[in-house]
Amino acid sequence: MSFEPFILSFKLALLTSLILFCITLPLAWYLSQTHSRIKPFIEALTTLPIILPPSVLGFYILWALSYSSPVGAFFEDTLGVKLLFSFKGLVVASCFYSLPFMVQPLQNGFESLNKNMLEASYIAGKSRLTTLFRVALPNMKSALITAVIITLAHTVGEFGVVLMIGGNIPGETKVASVAIYEMVEIMDYSAAHIYSAVMLGISFAVLLSVYIFNARQSRRFGL
Amino acid sequence: MIKLNITKKLHGANGAMQLALNIDIKEGEFVALSGKSGSGKTTLLRILAGLEDAQGEISVADKIWLHADKSLPPQEREIGFVFQEYALFGNMTIEQNLLYVTKDTKLANHLLEITELKEMKKRYPHTLSGGQKQRVSICRALMKRPKILLLDEPLSALDSAMRTKLQNELLTLHKEFQTTTIMVSHDPSEIYRLTSRVLVLDSGKIINDAKPTDILLKRQGSQKFTFQGELLEIKKVDVIFVAVVAIGQQLVEIALSNSEATSLQIGQKVILSTKAFAPTLS
Repeated sequence: MSFEPFILSFKLALLTSLILFCITLPLAWYLSQTHSRIKPFIEALTTLPIILPPSVLGFYILWALSYSSPVGAFFEDTLGVKLLFSFKGLVVASCFYSLPFMVQPLQNGFESLNKNMLEASYIAGKSRLTTLFRVALPNMKSALITAVIITLAHTVGEFGVVLMIGGNIPGETKVASVAIYEMVEIMDYSAAHIYSAVMLGISFAVLLSVYIFNARQSRRFGL
Repeated sequence: MIKLNITKKLHGANGAMQLALNIDIKEGEFVALSGKSGSGKTTLLRILAGLEDAQGEISVADKIWLHADKSLPPQEREIGFVFQEYALFGNMTIEQNLLYVTKDTKLANHLLEITELKEMKKRYPHTLSGGQKQRVSICRALMKRPKILLLDEPLSALDSAMRTKLQNELLTLHKEFQTTTIMVSHDPSEIYRLTSRVLVLDSGKIINDAKPTDILLKRQGSQKFTFQGELLEIKKVDVIFVAVVAIGQQLVEIALSNSEATSLQIGQKVILSTKAFAPTLS
């Protein structure tokens, strides 16, 4: 039994979470502070991946990353990167797929902050950026942890999009969920059992640690 | 000298109303802002702080804070703001809350000493009582040595003993720093002890602007003393009527004539006064 699919899954999840965190932090902050009329459009757009069937999402990303779309052509001609059926393509696809799971906890976290506390920081002469990093983020640790862990877990658990964009190349795009699917296909049930049990155990442990952390936070700070 | 001449459309609980204010405040003055809830008191403070926009002009010591389309952001206005619900930075200790504003350890220690918080400066806000939190908030507001200190009902959430204590501290701080201070308050004794001028707001307009004594000591004619209270009940006892009136925290019974009993209504604000005898205080 090889652990390669698991390592690949977690590598993908880590990279996706890291990239999404950096991209969506300003977006979530903006959404929490703005009263602009375009806010509902952005919110709807970022939530789409939750309700779209993975096949629809996969199809669009497949088309976008292929040579026949301007994006795919640009990557291949200018940067020399072939995105389809590669690990890099998987990362791009996962970023779309897991986007709402990062944006929403962050936005909720920002929105639940005491507005007067942020205003007190502005009045103290601090810029929005200083306020974000020294007041806002440190006061929403549980939202941060939730956002990152749920994104990690959700990316590890993705299947449909990964299959469509990455296929099943060992060591490149064959992540744990795809590997299990393949084992069931070839009726190797004992291996499928082991892989599935490992996934189940890890997923439960991750969620349990999030809930324990949040409970401790709320006890410590009376939030 | 603060010159303020502003208008703003408000959508309050009682429908739309126009906030229209024209006020001059002298340097070092301690002004109380009074009036019913929804009359625009907090909004005025927030406009002064730059947290809400408005049309018109604000200038402070010849520096223009608001004029036509130019509005100085809160960061550049020299103000301190004390929020009703403290709004402390929960991730920082008391000392860090103060030093976040300016890295002036000397001033921070001095302020913490006046407010008797020095012993607990390493503690976090969530471990403090309401009164302690509000003192930290007042200290934090003074760290920038602001031109104007804005206090939004700072003591209303505290019990009366703590309120008196904090009033003393506010007085001490005002004497020492001579900061022009505007405080929203409903408490007559607080207004009387701390402030030198009262502005009464109603539906976005100033309806009264005078010394606390002129507004709070409601004397008409030759009464010896008067109390303001709320009429709670009118009972018929044998042949007379007895009214129960709440004056501050105390209930008193007063005999009424027939005509008084029929003209007064339960829940009404009443003035209790007397002329013809010498009361004794003991």
